[in-house]
Amino acid sequence: MLKVDTEKCTGCGECEESCTFDAIFVKDGVAVVDHDVCTLCGICVDGCPEGALELHVEAGAFATDLSSWKGIWVVAECRGGDLASVTLELLAKSRELAAELDAEVTAVLMGQGIESKARELIFHGADRVLIVDHHELATFTDEVYGNILADLAKRERPEIILAGATAMGRSYIPRVATILETGLTADCTGLDIRSEDKALLQTRPAFGGNLLATIVCPEHRPQMATVRPHVMKANAPDPGRKGEVIRIVPRKSLLGHKVQVIESVKEQAEGPNLSEADIIVTAGRGFEQEKNVELARELADLLEGTVGSTRAAVDAGWLSSRTQIGQTGVTVSPKLYIACGVSGAIQHIVGMQGSEIIVAINKDAEAPIFDVTTYGLVGDVKEILPLLIKRIQKERGL
Amino acid sequence: MNIVVCIKQVPNAKTVRYDTEKGTLVREGVEAIINPFDFHALEAGLHLKDAYGGEVTVLSMGPPQAENALRESLSLGADKGVLLSDRAFAGADTLATTYTLAKAIEKLGPVDLVLCGKQAIDGDTAQVGPGLAARLGLPYVTCVNALSVMDDEKTIQVRRINEDGYDILELEMPALLTVLASINTPRLPSLKGKMMARKTEIPIWDAEGIGAKPSMVGLTGSATRVVSTWVPTFEARREMFGGSAEEQVDALVSRLKAAGIL
Ligand SMILES: Cc1cc2nc3c(=O)[nH]c(=O)nc-3n(C[C@H](O)[C@H](O)[C@H](O)COP(=O)(O)OP(=O)(O)OC[C@H]3O[C@@H](n4cnc5c(N)ncnc54)[C@H](O)[C@@H]3O)c2cc1C
Ligand SMILES: Nc1ncnc2c1ncn2[C@@H]1O[C@H](COP(=O)(O)O)[C@@H](O)[C@H]1O
Repeated sequence: MLKVDTEKCTGCGECEESCTFDAIFVKDGVAVVDHDVCTLCGICVDGCPEGALELHVEAGAFATDLSSWKGIWVVAECRGGDLASVTLELLAKSRELAAELDAEVTAVLMGQGIESKARELIFHGADRVLIVDHHELATFTDEVYGNILADLAKRERPEIILAGATAMGRSYIPRVATILETGLTADCTGLDIRSEDKALLQTRPAFGGNLLATIVCPEHRPQMATVRPHVMKANAPDPGRKGEVIRIVPRKSLLGHKVQVIESVKEQAEGPNLSEADIIVTAGRGFEQEKNVELARELADLLEGTVGSTRAAVDAGWLSSRTQIGQTGVTVSPKLYIACGVSGAIQHIVGMQGSEIIVAINKDAEAPIFDVTTYGLVGDVKEILPLLIKRIQKERGL
Repeated sequence: MNIVVCIKQVPNAKTVRYDTEKGTLVREGVEAIINPFDFHALEAGLHLKDAYGGEVTVLSMGPPQAENALRESLSLGADKGVLLSDRAFAGADTLATTYTLAKAIEKLGPVDLVLCGKQAIDGDTAQVGPGLAARLGLPYVTCVNALSVMDDEKTIQVRRINEDGYDILELEMPALLTVLASINTPRLPSLKGKMMARKTEIPIWDAEGIGAKPSMVGLTGSATRVVSTWVPTFEARREMFGGSAEEQVDALVSRLKAAGIL
């Protein structure tokens, strides 16, 4: 229940303004809660300048002996024979967390014919690798991958489990958390350890990226999170690192599944892979017409980069949805990001703000995109891009 | 075919404003809508009912006004609506939500297909579908954007979208799917539907009514807690070039050369 400390409440109305659900309002100089409407989201509690609001929680049902859960697990993802970049990013992050927890980092690797990847995981930061190599794991199914991971976690009791917020991770990790009856924070962009009690602080965007929230999992273990790719940085491999490789033979009862994979089809995105690209030229609605998007392609080709898009450009049918950058698209962090005719909606910005140099070209000098840019050019893309292309061609002696 | 569609009422993102200085959401006439993905889940269910007969039940856990979302679903052609509403449900994270929804679905009786949206646009977790399937012991597929029923009327074939392309998968019902917006175009309400929606009674089930343990629902049954929220701000590091288009392009090229990119 949301409680108001009427002694502390000054009736300032901050809570009233912050509530998305109209559940709290000031009456006769003090905050009053409409309990039928309140969803206990806690946004007002954090925003109260007087500390007058409190979420009162009954003791939970599954008190567990927290100290018996130890170590950090990174769930490795292997696609098309290569480790996903987010796995390496998570290993680097886990080393930082492990230093604060004085814990070991374990990578869990499932699949078929993946033994050779264990070394790579150790070079990138794992102290131990649990390998489950089985022909039933050749193609991914939520049931089998989920059952095996949940079973391992029950037996080994890790304190933290981290996985990539990829299509695969976001599909089967919630199954694992439910089987383990623990919390799971989706699509995190930041992880930290709280100094007082060593809790895992998990930061994630909500409301389409308009709000960031930090979440903890106080009474349940393991603490679980999926983490968005390309927001954390991987370490360079250290071939001198040593680690232990443990092979696990899955019990037969864990291998049954009811979903059959009939076929897997790969569709190639335009140009080099967007999330790995060093240079991205993004086309927004400001191109006005499909034929103008050619200018973005030309610039990208010249810079050996890739073309990205906003949702408005995708909706217009100019570019495929696979090129969309942002909240519901890809997250990118190239060396150079050139946003052309992009307004800078928060849902787009959350997907590109990690870029090293951000350039924006927009005819509206007040466009929000300029709040995040390194260099801003005010003008028409139809005029500026041809000039820029010519200047670079000259630079290159073309 | 007995189909349950889980729908959530969410604040319309377009009407929510954010105050960067205070780090909070600004209320001002926020409108409650059916989570956009759930419209597509409902349409998928109605489409199957049109082709194979049966019943579509819409289920929502939320405050009393979530009844509006259920009425709207009825006007589109759903047969029944059930509202899970109880003060004790408030503050539920995905662990408590899946428990509550699962208890209600068990009470509804045998079901062939449970449909959810890929994610709710307020929390964007995309965890309720997979978690609910685990609780119900059902096979499931997420991010589905095409669905067809095979000749045996028991097996379904679905297309699951991932980063590199897509998979075609087959599974037997009962099953659970979470759907993307690209799976279909939702229909508009019919006049008959609107009348039905007004007349149909929507039962409200509380924790006791679904036999839920008080310790497993709402904030008490949730494993996660929000410790702080804020509106993101970005570091101001911008340099705006002035002058003509040519001058601005020159300035940019010199900066990129200095950065070793050109
Ligand atoms: C839940 C949710 C998720 C979303 N996810 C994403 C996402 O992942 N990615 C995403 O991109 N969007 C996403 N959106 C949409 C987002 O809110 C914006 O609508 C979108 O990013 C706008 O794209 P845009 O900048 O191309 O278009 P607009 O906002 O229309 O901006 C066009 C800009 O071009 C400028 N312009 C016009 N003509 C010219 C010209 N000739 N020369 C130069 N400049 C010109 C204008 O001044 C304007 O600033 C999401 C929205 C929601 C609600
Ligand atoms: N309170 C709720 N009531 C009914 N269905 C819900 C509720 N919360 C989530 N869902 C369903 O689960 C899907 C995913 O939600 P989420 O995991 O919160 O992103 C939604 O699209 C709905 O289909």
